[in-house]
Amino acid sequence: MWDLCTNSLETSKIRGASYADVRVMHLRQRDLTTKNGEVGTLAQSESIGLGIRVLANGSWGFASTDRLTRDGVAACAAQAVSIAKASALAKREDVVMAPEDAYVDSWQSPFRKDPFEIPLETQLALLLAADAEMRRVKGVTLTETDMQFRKIDSWFASSIGSRIHQSKVITGCGIVATSFKGDEIQKRSYPNSFGGQHALQGYELVESLDLLKHAPVVGEEAVALHAAAQCPQKTGTLILGGSQLGLQIHESIGHPIELDRVLGQEANFAGTSFLTLDQLNKLRYASDIVNVVADARLEHGSGLGTFAYDDEGVPAQCTDIIKTGQFRGYLSNRETAHLVGLKRSSGTMRTESWNRLPIIRMTNVSLLPGTSSFDDLLADTDDGILMETNRSWSIDDRRYQFQFSTEIGWEIKGGKRGRMLKNPSYSGITTEFWNSCDAICNREHWTLWGTPNCGKGQPMQTMGTGHGASPSRFRNVRIGAAFSKQ
Amino acid sequence: MSATRKSKGSIPKEQLMAEGELRRIADTVLRLAKSIGVAETEVHVDETISALTRFANNGIHQNVAEHTLNVSVRTQAEQRTARAITNRTDEDSLRAAIEASLSLAHSQPKNLNSLPMPGKQRYRGVSRFIKGTAALTPEDRAHAVKRACDLAVKKGQTAAGIFSSAQTQTAMGNSRGLFAAYRDTHAVFSITMQQGKAASWAKENAANVAAIDAQRLAERASDKAHRATDAQELAPGRYTVILEPAAVLDLVGFLFYDFAGTAVRDKRSCFNERIGKQVFGKNISIVDDVYHPLQLGAPFDGEGMPRERVLLVDRGVPRNLVYSRASAKAAKKKPTGHGFMLPNEYGEAPMNLVFSGGKSSLEEMIGSTERGLLVTRLWYIREVDPYEKIMTGMTRDGLFLVEKGRVGAAVRNFRFNQSILEMLRNVEMMGPAVRATGEEAFEMVVPAMKVRDFHFSEVTKF
Repeated sequence: MWDLCTNSLETSKIRGASYADVRVMHLRQRDLTTKNGEVGTLAQSESIGLGIRVLANGSWGFASTDRLTRDGVAACAAQAVSIAKASALAKREDVVMAPEDAYVDSWQSPFRKDPFEIPLETQLALLLAADAEMRRVKGVTLTETDMQFRKIDSWFASSIGSRIHQSKVITGCGIVATSFKGDEIQKRSYPNSFGGQHALQGYELVESLDLLKHAPVVGEEAVALHAAAQCPQKTGTLILGGSQLGLQIHESIGHPIELDRVLGQEANFAGTSFLTLDQLNKLRYASDIVNVVADARLEHGSGLGTFAYDDEGVPAQCTDIIKTGQFRGYLSNRETAHLVGLKRSSGTMRTESWNRLPIIRMTNVSLLPGTSSFDDLLADTDDGILMETNRSWSIDDRRYQFQFSTEIGWEIKGGKRGRMLKNPSYSGITTEFWNSCDAICNREHWTLWGTPNCGKGQPMQTMGTGHGASPSRFRNVRIGAAFSKQ
Repeated sequence: MSATRKSKGSIPKEQLMAEGELRRIADTVLRLAKSIGVAETEVHVDETISALTRFANNGIHQNVAEHTLNVSVRTQAEQRTARAITNRTDEDSLRAAIEASLSLAHSQPKNLNSLPMPGKQRYRGVSRFIKGTAALTPEDRAHAVKRACDLAVKKGQTAAGIFSSAQTQTAMGNSRGLFAAYRDTHAVFSITMQQGKAASWAKENAANVAAIDAQRLAERASDKAHRATDAQELAPGRYTVILEPAAVLDLVGFLFYDFAGTAVRDKRSCFNERIGKQVFGKNISIVDDVYHPLQLGAPFDGEGMPRERVLLVDRGVPRNLVYSRASAKAAKKKPTGHGFMLPNEYGEAPMNLVFSGGKSSLEEMIGSTERGLLVTRLWYIREVDPYEKIMTGMTRDGLFLVEKGRVGAAVRNFRFNQSILEMLRNVEMMGPAVRATGEEAFEMVVPAMKVRDFHFSEVTKF
């Protein structure tokens, strides 16, 4: 692989590139699903190729190929330089990057059980058993389960001398029960919606979930939601479960801190950000107890945003995003770091595959744990609503106004969890919401949730991101607007 | 792997392989599978050459190209089936994909509802490969982008967007003699013009890049961005809205899977127990028609069945669904040629929706409106309630007050929570259906619509 990298770098230099970096990537994926007691998807895919990014005439070009021969990669490198020179026909200014050292390294993500070595029969038997447990509940009309495993090997080389090999194993798993009755469809998922939990782990993640124990509960709650009271429309106290809070962090903190959005580079598609450069170190983003970091290092946890180096050859870092409520940092790459005067990239360039250009992505953007136990948090809440497991999410293109709905809610009265509520939703303005946070549960309740489906870029890339969160409380939140009629 | 021809420069210009070359790969897979005793085999060969120029802050900042080829193999024996995909075409890699598929298939229990693969089929011809689109160069795209950016600079605005072109082809065959092949081209120009805190947007896509007037789109976005400055805040509530085609598309696009026979059987469609009932207004008729002149897409589905034109909604009444072979058998219907590649849990979906539309122009809709809102596009649309089909999302890039038949001041963007079923009962006027493109749904043929009592629940800061 290194020969292919070297060959393409040399060709790009001969063709006139002032800088180049190249990735050979080998991606393997296995998808298993069941539906109503039968196997649904059963597929495996494998893809290998090379992508090269070059600077020529002060502009970027990128090309990719699956022709992994000396001629193939040379042609690809030449095409990238040609594209860069075309970019220069409509450039604004020459690209300059913040400095970075060269690294020669090799890294393997830790895992205990290789999911590709676990017999398929074992994996399918577990999914079918969980599926059967959910179908045992009267009133459940649709059951679904899934497992997804990925292995990603990447060989990165750059014209400044880096040679970095990284190997990752990723696992995801979840179950869903749906119930149609009368004029409504209700659904419960475990351990999270939209594919369950995903992490930079092996099959041990699946085993830790104890699907068979949770499957009947998932089915029973899906059916019980039909008879539950409608979530009221009011302004009040909200407690969010960890997985929902993870998505709240993703949408209302993770995306607005992306410097490419802030600098207008995503204005046509993903949008921009309210976090203009003048807000750094000045904006009170959240209440004093809120501390948020973007941390790609392994010591933060085995999340979907964990790695040793980003796809620009910058080492994994921990960046303060919000410290005691103050806005402190952005997600950057080498180019945007230079544009805003940072000494160094925060190391967040990531690519979906060999045929995609690396772009700024979230790593693990996490809310650090607070001090409350969950029981103490409930006991300290006189009147509120607990919402768990995302059902829908939406936020404007500058990341001010959001609305989320969840699968299930629970009334909190006099410090105790009361009746079940259906169709819960809440909405608000990002900074008002985070400034209303007055309690965060402790590390015992903290989970590094995986969001496997973050879409960004053109051509669209799907990336996995991590979000550590524990249940937290927010005051004076608008509740129930999604089902309002006026 | 691909044939190439020399352009004027020294970089060879990439071309899709000849159909015969795809067929040779497919035949190799079928031959190898037969040689190791596989009972039934299906193979898809998909090739894409695409390029995308991205601009922002009045200059190109990303510029990419890719050439991919994937071979997807499904084996089936004793009512067990599975799929394996590779991007290598040497015989060892193809044999490995066949064996991976077999290994996956053997690991599962029998599926008593599985069907043998279909035999040879006949297809209607469609011609959607335009040489001019396939020949577009990075320099062609850069010159068009520069003209748009120059306009932005001249107007004191900031431009961002994309100009892309692609050529794709697919061929599929199976061990029962079925073979099908299709190729097309596709170009997209999209532009956002920003003026201070205001912005507006225009986008078109077509098989023929010559049908896209990039500069006209830039001028339209520029004009609307200028008019979008100094947006005023209105109270949320129910408003008459005039939805431009992109806004209509991104909402009604969420209906497509509800028309699947499998979705109705699984009781997750909004048409559960509503087939044959007056769900929408009598002015709403919808067909799925891959042969419509404004549509793109192959005339066969994931199993190689010919796509049929299906009347889905007739004067507000859902009449028919689309079916794969398996869902058709379960529902005692005929397959309509809308199945996804097997195995999958979703069955099928109509991918080429065409609304009947009307005869009103946008100007007539505006002229007939006493008080309402003109909506350029919608953004971040998600499903809040799957049965009432309540969708939430935001307006974006140009929301204008319409008063006494005229477009007036810009308005701050709203969040909506609106049932699509209710919305399609409240359509007062429609324009001719056009090939629309947005960011939430794939392209369809839909009209602009004037809709009463559209529900905006909250307002944002800009």
